[in-house]
Amino acid sequence: MSIIVNHLCHVYGADTSQPVKALDDVSFEIKDGQFIGLIGHTGSGKSTLIQHLNGLMKATSGEIYYNGKDIYDKDYKLKDLRSKVGLVFQYPEHQLFEVTVFKDVCFGPLNQGYSQKDAELRAFHALRMVGFPEEMYYRSPFDLSGGQKRRVAIAGVLAMRPEVMILDEPTAGLDPKGRDEILDQIARLHKEYNMTTILVSHSMEDVAKYVERLIVMNGGKVMFDDVPREVFKHYTELEEMGLAAPEVTYILNDLKKSGIDIDTTAITVDEAAKEITRALRAANKIR
Amino acid sequence: MDTKIVKSEGLVCEYITRDEEGNVESIKKALDGVDVDINPGEFVAILGHNGSGKSTFAKHLNAILTPSEGTVWIDGKDTKDPSYLWDIRQTAGMVFQNPDNQIIGSVVEEDVGFGPENMGVPTEEIWERVDESLTAVKMQKFRTHSPNKLSGGQKQRVAIAGVVAMHPQCIVLDEPTAMLDPNGRKDVIRTARALNQVEKITIILITHYMEEVIYADKVIVMDKGKIVMQGTPKEIFSRVEELKEHRLDVPQATLLAEELRKEGVPLSRGILTKEELVKELCQL
Amino acid sequence: MVREITIGQYYHADSVIHKLDPRVKLMGTLIYVIGLFVVNNALGYLVVAITLGTVIGLSKVPIKFMVRGLKAVMIVLLLTVSLNLFLTPGIQVVHFWIFTITMEGIKASAYMAIRLVLLIMGCSVMTLTTTPNHLTDGLEKGLKFLEVFRIPVHEIAMMMSIALRFIPILLEETDKIMKAQAARCADFESGGIIKRAKSMVPILVPLFVSAFRRANDLAMAMEARCYRGGKGRTKMKPLKYTGRDYAGYILMAVFMAITIFVAIYGTLPFENF
Repeated sequence: MSIIVNHLCHVYGADTSQPVKALDDVSFEIKDGQFIGLIGHTGSGKSTLIQHLNGLMKATSGEIYYNGKDIYDKDYKLKDLRSKVGLVFQYPEHQLFEVTVFKDVCFGPLNQGYSQKDAELRAFHALRMVGFPEEMYYRSPFDLSGGQKRRVAIAGVLAMRPEVMILDEPTAGLDPKGRDEILDQIARLHKEYNMTTILVSHSMEDVAKYVERLIVMNGGKVMFDDVPREVFKHYTELEEMGLAAPEVTYILNDLKKSGIDIDTTAITVDEAAKEITRALRAANKIR
Repeated sequence: MDTKIVKSEGLVCEYITRDEEGNVESIKKALDGVDVDINPGEFVAILGHNGSGKSTFAKHLNAILTPSEGTVWIDGKDTKDPSYLWDIRQTAGMVFQNPDNQIIGSVVEEDVGFGPENMGVPTEEIWERVDESLTAVKMQKFRTHSPNKLSGGQKQRVAIAGVVAMHPQCIVLDEPTAMLDPNGRKDVIRTARALNQVEKITIILITHYMEEVIYADKVIVMDKGKIVMQGTPKEIFSRVEELKEHRLDVPQATLLAEELRKEGVPLSRGILTKEELVKELCQL
Repeated sequence: MVREITIGQYYHADSVIHKLDPRVKLMGTLIYVIGLFVVNNALGYLVVAITLGTVIGLSKVPIKFMVRGLKAVMIVLLLTVSLNLFLTPGIQVVHFWIFTITMEGIKASAYMAIRLVLLIMGCSVMTLTTTPNHLTDGLEKGLKFLEVFRIPVHEIAMMMSIALRFIPILLEETDKIMKAQAARCADFESGGIIKRAKSMVPILVPLFVSAFRRANDLAMAMEARCYRGGKGRTKMKPLKYTGRDYAGYILMAVFMAITIFVAIYGTLPFENF
């Protein structure tokens, strides 16, 4: 079970004088159960890419295979793909429309063709998965706080029981606490249900500590595709792309440059603190 | 003594929700006794999580909201006095969060001219003001573009130019970077700092991004409608635990310094930037 | 599809048409539309088409922008054309099942199609060459006399200019919401009329909510920038007639005269079958 993207290209305005290559020969494979960070600044092609993965946009050339089947095949039903690859858009709370939270979450499963009862079961389960308080199920989604709305919107996609979950900037506009809560929730979902998860973001610091693999996009191309600590070794190139490695990467590299013998691959504050104390002790600068 | 550009005393703002019959259902205090003094030319950052009352406070500075109790003075003028309303709005300009929802003109330069037009500035002077404001935010070459085609950061700079053209003494930026990507955020903050340093405009920046407040003269932390911390960035960031209690984070460099100090590395308190940290570590 | 509507989209270029006073352009559009409905024969349409072609040429706006505007109204166009084609009584040409196509029908529908195409293209020339602000300035000043009748001309003009600015934003938003609901397996294409209308609810509700939120934000932003209605307001770009504008008015009068003349006297030989 996997997603294989093969030489995917997408050109906007091919018939105009200035065609824009939004995706330029993108190839990669996503294995079942992976937790991936897709990074790139605005206009790097990352949003275009994820819309291809669940068939909302069609490639100009190239193929996508979902579980071995070509999604551009005539017989392939895009509706099936969309139930398997759940896509949560940026500011997903802007798509809420029903009178109650619960009804809104039922929307997806009902569209999939489940009976009212099954849809409700799924909605109930999904709302529990995102940790939404039960007493608020029958509130209007418009009365909720920003963070709560976003949970409901994520539940709306989860209720379809996708095998793959793609989240576009799930933390945009949230405050630090709200951001951490949502990211922790997503990480927990990935762990508990072993759901393949793709987290789209422009913030390395947010994503680094959660994901096992980073795909960095720039100008419609995949620039790096590796485990985070390998990607962050290219921090100067990342900067040229308008992205930044986590602050600790800079600190460790600056220390190394000034002659301290130190390993620069730490990505979280804790790891960095350990490494710095180790190096300082080794150099007999502290006890 | 100089007049304070912004001064508030015992500021309270209550939101009253009513049911269908108009009976009072609940009263929520969005602001609960806020006292603030801001001197002309200062760069002040107001921090707080969503719902801490920081945006409500910002709206009082421009007389969009008026106090339920207490008083706000802008350049010595009471915001409750309707005769000062337009003076106040001109003195304290405001930039909002969503770049799309505050640009009125369909061409960049026309939008920048909107404020001066409303103030009744003569035509030639409007053009001068538009020129200088667009230069101040480095958006000159986009002056004939449609705002719809600009990036988020560029739109926000146009919005700032629109306020600068009104020649305010003070600009209140209400979470101007919340909807932007890192590049856009940097641009906007850089612009705000330049206005503060070059044009000597008082800047009040409301945000929840810690790395944006490092360069402020003063940081005010709000929670539950109250001011809970106040001081220089150094003072504020040396209180890591307290900040976490108020649902805020700390820049990674500060956090790392804190961890290292716990491990017994002798570092000074309140390190804010990676440069400072590296420098101190190398001097050990 | 929704992004292709060009009405309300300004195309920047440095041309005579762009520089014309918006009042001239508004008047010109009005005269053009009247002219279009006055003419009733092939020669007349030719005159109108040539006029439009010249104006488009002068405006330096690529023709594909006007054509794109047409795509959006294709359905309306097809509907009117087919109604005219099948429902006009006269000499029968083809007949099958319940449909009858007459000579008059062909003629009427052809004229109708040309008329609509010219109409839409003509109006988009105006919106493509005039910034919405400029346009509303023109309306405001041109219709100032209505204030005597206590009609709030400035306020109406301001509302229009804001509406025009937000059209592209709301269209983009519609696109986004449609995609988000499609990702939740919503189906907008199949089913009967009632089912389709129902399937619009998940799009329209979020769209309205967002529009209201935007309106609220915008009102606040305008107030914060000292907006208080038209009183005491100065203009960054005040309207002043120049020689080119007077020339424009004269050309309009000439155009009007020609169309009326052609409508009364001008028929091309092949039309008299």
